[in-house]
Amino acid sequence: MIPFQYTRASDVADAIKQIAADPSAKFIAGGTNLLDLIKYDVATPTRLIDISRLPLRNVEETATGGVLIGALVPNTDLAYHPLIEARYPLLSRSILAGASQQLRNMASTGGNLVQRTRCFYFYDATTPCNKREPGSGCSAISGINRINAILGTSQSCIATHPSDMCVALAVLEAIVHVTGPAGARTIAFADFHRLPDNTPQLDTNLEPDEIITAIELPAKGFSTNYSYLKIRDRLSYAFALVSVAAALELDGDTIKEARVALGGVAHKPWRSSAAEVVLRGQRAEASTFANAADILLRRARGFGHNDFKIGLARRAIVRTLGQAARGTPQSISDKKIR
Amino acid sequence: MASYIGSATSRVDGRAKVTGEAKYAGEFNVPGLVHGYVVDSIIPKGRIVRIDASGALGIAGVIDVLTHSNRPPMADKDDAYKDEVAPEKGSPYRPLYDDRIHFTGQPIALVLAEDWETARVAASQVRIEYQKEAHVTDLHAERTRAYAVDVPEKPRGDAERAFASAAISHAAEYSIPTEHHNPMELFASTAIWENGQLTVYDKTQGVQNVQQYLCKVFNLQPNAVRVMSPYMGGGFGAGLRPQYQVVLTVLAANALKRPVRVMLTRAQMYALGYRPASIERLALGANSGGTLDSMQHEAIAVTSQFEEFARNDTGWGNLLYKSPNAKFEHKLVKLDLPTSCDMRAPGAATGVYALECAMDELAIALKTDPVQLRLQCYSDRHQGEDLPYTSKQLRECYRQGADAFGWSKRNAEPRSMRDGSELVGWGMASGVWEALQVPATVRIVLTANGHAEVATAASDIGTGTYTIMAQVAADMLGLPIDNISVKLGDSTLPQCPVEGGSWIASSVCNAIANTARAVRGDLLELAKATQDSPLSGAGVDDVALIDGKIVSKRDAGRAVSIASAMQSGKAERITREEINQPSEDKSHARNVHSAIFAEVKVDEEIGIIRVTRVVKAVAAGRILNPKTAHSQVMGGVVWGIGMALHEETLYDHRFGRVMNANIAEYHVPVNADIHDIEVIFVDEPDEMVNPLGIKGLGEIGIVGVAAAIANAVYHATGKRVRDLPITLDKVIEFA
Repeated sequence: MIPFQYTRASDVADAIKQIAADPSAKFIAGGTNLLDLIKYDVATPTRLIDISRLPLRNVEETATGGVLIGALVPNTDLAYHPLIEARYPLLSRSILAGASQQLRNMASTGGNLVQRTRCFYFYDATTPCNKREPGSGCSAISGINRINAILGTSQSCIATHPSDMCVALAVLEAIVHVTGPAGARTIAFADFHRLPDNTPQLDTNLEPDEIITAIELPAKGFSTNYSYLKIRDRLSYAFALVSVAAALELDGDTIKEARVALGGVAHKPWRSSAAEVVLRGQRAEASTFANAADILLRRARGFGHNDFKIGLARRAIVRTLGQAARGTPQSISDKKIR
Repeated sequence: MASYIGSATSRVDGRAKVTGEAKYAGEFNVPGLVHGYVVDSIIPKGRIVRIDASGALGIAGVIDVLTHSNRPPMADKDDAYKDEVAPEKGSPYRPLYDDRIHFTGQPIALVLAEDWETARVAASQVRIEYQKEAHVTDLHAERTRAYAVDVPEKPRGDAERAFASAAISHAAEYSIPTEHHNPMELFASTAIWENGQLTVYDKTQGVQNVQQYLCKVFNLQPNAVRVMSPYMGGGFGAGLRPQYQVVLTVLAANALKRPVRVMLTRAQMYALGYRPASIERLALGANSGGTLDSMQHEAIAVTSQFEEFARNDTGWGNLLYKSPNAKFEHKLVKLDLPTSCDMRAPGAATGVYALECAMDELAIALKTDPVQLRLQCYSDRHQGEDLPYTSKQLRECYRQGADAFGWSKRNAEPRSMRDGSELVGWGMASGVWEALQVPATVRIVLTANGHAEVATAASDIGTGTYTIMAQVAADMLGLPIDNISVKLGDSTLPQCPVEGGSWIASSVCNAIANTARAVRGDLLELAKATQDSPLSGAGVDDVALIDGKIVSKRDAGRAVSIASAMQSGKAERITREEINQPSEDKSHARNVHSAIFAEVKVDEEIGIIRVTRVVKAVAAGRILNPKTAHSQVMGGVVWGIGMALHEETLYDHRFGRVMNANIAEYHVPVNADIHDIEVIFVDEPDEMVNPLGIKGLGEIGIVGVAAAIANAVYHATGKRVRDLPITLDKVIEFA
């Protein structure tokens, strides 16, 4: 841990100005991840710019029938917001599957997107880790990798993105609103997080001097046929080994539209357009879901301890799509899987 | 007046704890307190070549950086570092002693600053140059280096031959990973020198153990050192031995002549003791009638390179089952890790896990109900010592536990029971522990206003010692419980060993009885001295103290109030101190027993395991307080669920480091993992074990629970997982 300056941003423009002026600065909102990273000597910002007082706490309907969520809306408030519960229950369920009540109270919507991996080696500053220290090597590939990725991995990194909320946002095709020195822009959710390739130190395509201001949800909320299933080593307060967000639009037994994203298996929420295409127009039944699972996992590879994730993910995909099709989403309070 | 003993009494210290009035070792603030932050080794083995503390020393607020090369003097003989419960063999670890690195996380410098935050920042600026040496931390990779230590029980007959010729046999290896105690309270010490007196507030299960240790290590006079541990946020065995932070705290207080506090971080606590990983090999042979002919149990467990910590994992079978042929062996592998240590039910939590899984597997091979097999093999005598028990209501535990659970409805066939998409499994196991006693002294000060202070140097590690002592004293002195104040956790109080082994309740409560008898004798003498005393001629055991009076047992009408006896004798207070000497009688075995029944529901496809019901029936002599006793056993069951499904310290053996040194990644059960837990106390009067019939409950709660769950998982799924923890990928083949 190193000493750091603490300043507050007076508005979004000031926040951008401050961060642009100091490349070693970091924004802090809820701090639920950043403070740990600082304590573990993983993050070493010399300045923390507190953005938690910026007016980014609204949840409002958009002209196109969607919802715009301020980046500082706490995870808890978002999960229980009437608009979200009614129209985007998949998002509510995914948020409530993550962390603990206390953490969700503190954590912000924007911060959730930029939380960092839980790979053991990333947090242990004495071990090689390309994400923490580019070029030092990946300890997880031949180490303790039970929690690591099976999809989209590279020779330099097999870390996963730990968020639950982002898995649902991927399915809902959220749009990330960001502002930087050059002005505001939007990033499609699928383009927000990166795969590790040979730059695993970069988790996202957010520029260092940009700030997330809002997350926009398009109108389509899949509030009838959805499910979020999270599989972990204990039944609460643990990161996902595998999680699945599934959303369907049905016409009788026939799938009109399908979206599936996986958490806990890759450096970003994992989707496959081919898998979703294969579901479209088919009967909503296990064999259809299994086909989609095969496509989603086509290039999956394990690293020893996490080999089981491939088969587990296959079954979890089928189960979650089944729950979504039946309209019996996975319960958050009763951990029994239906 | 109703008896307090045996009644469900809320904790007398409950209010102090929930209001924050109860202070813990890291919470004693004094003006000018210096804060220490530990810099620990990032390598598991080698030597410190150089320590450059200049970066730390340059930070405003930093007072000093202590290392092995600039610390004040400390003892240089092993004996000084051997605490009351140190392993007999070996050379105890000496913090900040020299340049040798024995394990990852070993303290190598202590940064001292005016506040904790500064100390922490400065610690990151201390530069250490190491000379690394090759290390070993993997029990499984090093098992061929295992060597046998003291044989727990003598062999009987020829176990190998009997096994080879058994009609039905079962042999398998079970393994348990390293586990850490993870008490909520961080280890901390605060040391204050004042007028030539050193007061140390320490997180410890034994204040006198720490006091004697500090006197030896720092060559201090016993009357100059006082160690206090009034409350503990969980010990579980981690606080039995003096931990390194107490040495660093006193070192720093000596160096600076200022009060000092050192508090460890959660991660640093993973470099203290731990339940050693073990490999347990069981070989059971039975005749076709379903009784044991041969029982072999061999365990290989971890210790450090420098000390031999060994708690026998084997031999528990001798307490449970008859077998004419038996052999036990406990082995150790020395690794470049801290010394392993006691953790709740040391030896039994692991050894009985393996034994009771093996018995389940034997029952399956015999096509016999698991409870029935245990009854067929039931032993009324300790098989190793060939002794009867002072009491053993284990049959009743099986019966009452099975009834409460509904065991008779069990379909023996694996995978035969279902609840929707979940497979249902029912498993059971036995539990056993020792009913130990240690010499303990209790002082009672009875004042004329009818209040009594009851004191001993024992610690209440969160189990309810304050409360049961108040109950027993209230009954023995005939006073309301509100008139009793209990003092614990102060090394200046009457002698008491460390709080461990489930021995404190029996030891201190019988000592209370002895001391109360002495007080009663004094009161009787005062009462007899009154004019026309109705108690004249009575002996101390002819009277009892009831409702504030000294009452003749033969004639309740003959009584003198305590107040008037003391008044007429002009006694403002009566002070007595007596010891409880455990019986020397070796004619009987002294044990506690239990039976555990567990229900699991396993998602057939995905492998998620939920422990939906546990019934634990315990026979542990007299239950002093059903409320705290229930909590104690329930906590043990929860821990057993964690042992079965969650707990594992993950080492990367390449680096010799713990990779999940925090309680987010080191999993223990959370509320969502816990469903119905029913605790039954089986009636077990026992006047032989000790006068009050107390056996102790600290350990028995966990023993056998993991086995019952593992057996239930097998029954549910048909898949036998022998290596803990039972995670979903071990239960299901995810092809």
